[in-house]
Amino acid sequence: MSKQPTRTIKVDTLTRVEGEGALYVKLKGDQVQDVKLKIYEPPRFFEAFLRGRHFSEVPDIVARICGICPIAYQMSAVHAIERALGVGIEPSVRLLRRLFYCGEWIESHALHVYMLHAPDFLGYPDAIAMARDHQAIVQQGLRLKKAGNRIVALMGGREIHPISTAVGGFYKAPSKSALKDLVEELKWALDASLATARWVSGLDFPDFEQDYEFVSLRHPGEYPFNEGRIVSNRGLDTDASEYEENFTEQHVQHSNALHSVLRGRDSYMVGPMARFNLNFDKLPDVAQQAARDCGLQVPCRNPFRSIVVRAIELVFACHEALRVIREYEPPPAPRAPALAQASTGQAATEAPRGLLYHRYVLDQSGLIVSAKIVPPTSQNQKRIEEDLWHFVSQVATRPAEEITWKCEQAVRNYDPCISCATHFLRLHLERD
Amino acid sequence: MALRIIGCGNFDRGDDAAGLLVVRRLRALCVETLGLEIPGLEIMEQSGETFSLMDCWTGSEHVILVDAAAPSGTPGQVQVWNATSDGLPEDIFPCSTHAFGVREAVELARAMNHLPQTLLIYGIEGKQFFLGAPPSPEVERAAVLVAERIMMRVSDSLVQTPQRPPRDIFG
Repeated sequence: MSKQPTRTIKVDTLTRVEGEGALYVKLKGDQVQDVKLKIYEPPRFFEAFLRGRHFSEVPDIVARICGICPIAYQMSAVHAIERALGVGIEPSVRLLRRLFYCGEWIESHALHVYMLHAPDFLGYPDAIAMARDHQAIVQQGLRLKKAGNRIVALMGGREIHPISTAVGGFYKAPSKSALKDLVEELKWALDASLATARWVSGLDFPDFEQDYEFVSLRHPGEYPFNEGRIVSNRGLDTDASEYEENFTEQHVQHSNALHSVLRGRDSYMVGPMARFNLNFDKLPDVAQQAARDCGLQVPCRNPFRSIVVRAIELVFACHEALRVIREYEPPPAPRAPALAQASTGQAATEAPRGLLYHRYVLDQSGLIVSAKIVPPTSQNQKRIEEDLWHFVSQVATRPAEEITWKCEQAVRNYDPCISCATHFLRLHLERD
Repeated sequence: MALRIIGCGNFDRGDDAAGLLVVRRLRALCVETLGLEIPGLEIMEQSGETFSLMDCWTGSEHVILVDAAAPSGTPGQVQVWNATSDGLPEDIFPCSTHAFGVREAVELARAMNHLPQTLLIYGIEGKQFFLGAPPSPEVERAAVLVAERIMMRVSDSLVQTPQRPPRDIFG
């Protein structure tokens, strides 16, 4: 019998992630015995809140699910309801929705790259400590984030929990001149994103690759935001209306968030790496070239390089925002009419952290009978645990403090959005 | 001298509204006491999100910020920090959106030399922060007192009379 010591590593509160989660790793010698990503933030019951509300209220309610990605929730909601009610949107409204999503991707990715993930690679406990030594870099990150905030504030009426999104379009469409006011800052942001990509590509990355099933939207003509089929690198190719036939959610005792799996298969990855690997050919030339210059290969299977992929998506989002502003003509009406009828609609859009699925059942008065929301973090949760199973064995001989640091970094590869804030970390190490 | 007063919080989270209660009371006091807007004084409401907060004080030389503080058994207790000279304690302002709040705004701004010339922070200790809760009576009372205290500072520093020259806001 082996007499190898057992070590238990517990991170009671994960820091620099959105929400309240903990990490538990059990080692016997160098062998991983157990890994659990525990999401203990209480269930928030948004699907239940929505029942009985009119479909027109849904965009404002679901925006409250997240302070970082409210637009994603609004976009999946309105697209699902529009599909239920057979509402078509104006081409210029479609463009505006892409611009809106650009704003959210820019602010979310800039926050994660600079403030949440970069300190891991540079050996700082947080962005404040990093800012003391890298003031210009942090300044650049903050200005990039602000460029995204400006788009969101203009399009949404305010920076957090925007209020302009409506089923059928927007309550108010911006003027051409209002959008043109963003151009100079977005040109700067595009250059800054390219600089960001160069900077993060020079960080040190652990030698770690996994054989993932990547899942994202894919659209025939563009890098995906709001439309496309749900595809994977292992042959999945389906419409959002068939999502629940292909994916299922499982309850696990240690987490308040359900684990998503592909039916008949297993875990999968959504998010920037999945989008990048499945849609590289749809990136504009400037982003493709930046990826090549950064040494990114398709497929990229090292999750620690997701920080570089996010930087490439920053390049894309700034470039796309400038394209939309160039092409934009205000719509004849900001929103198309939507008439209530008993119906069901599903949609998936690409939140900064990955695929976000919504399904609504409406009654004949337009009231919500049932709602289902599957956020990206729920879909990635099982995959994060599997990464840790394999990654911890690579670092198992290191001191506990280093294992903890590396494990947290591995979790942050996914930019998990559990919701709201965490502030401290406690580590318990038990040895036999 | 220009002075910006920022109240942070959320009216839907019980005592998290403390900063907002103070600045709304302060606005009323300004009108009641002086009957007019005071030149050089700006009163603002803010969620407390780090990056917006840093923007909020950019361009201001003198800032007073009011926020709810974490419970420690004495709801309504008021603490004041001179953030220009002293670092903020780590667990005093834990209620924030997405891992960054008032303390992070102050310390990040300090690291980047973006603090205003003077930054005074009032923390009102809260008791209940759950969704939909009203502010506790202790915090409501404290908010009135803090508003009055700030009003005195405002009067001293911004309103000149022949008998009373303006004072520094830390005076």
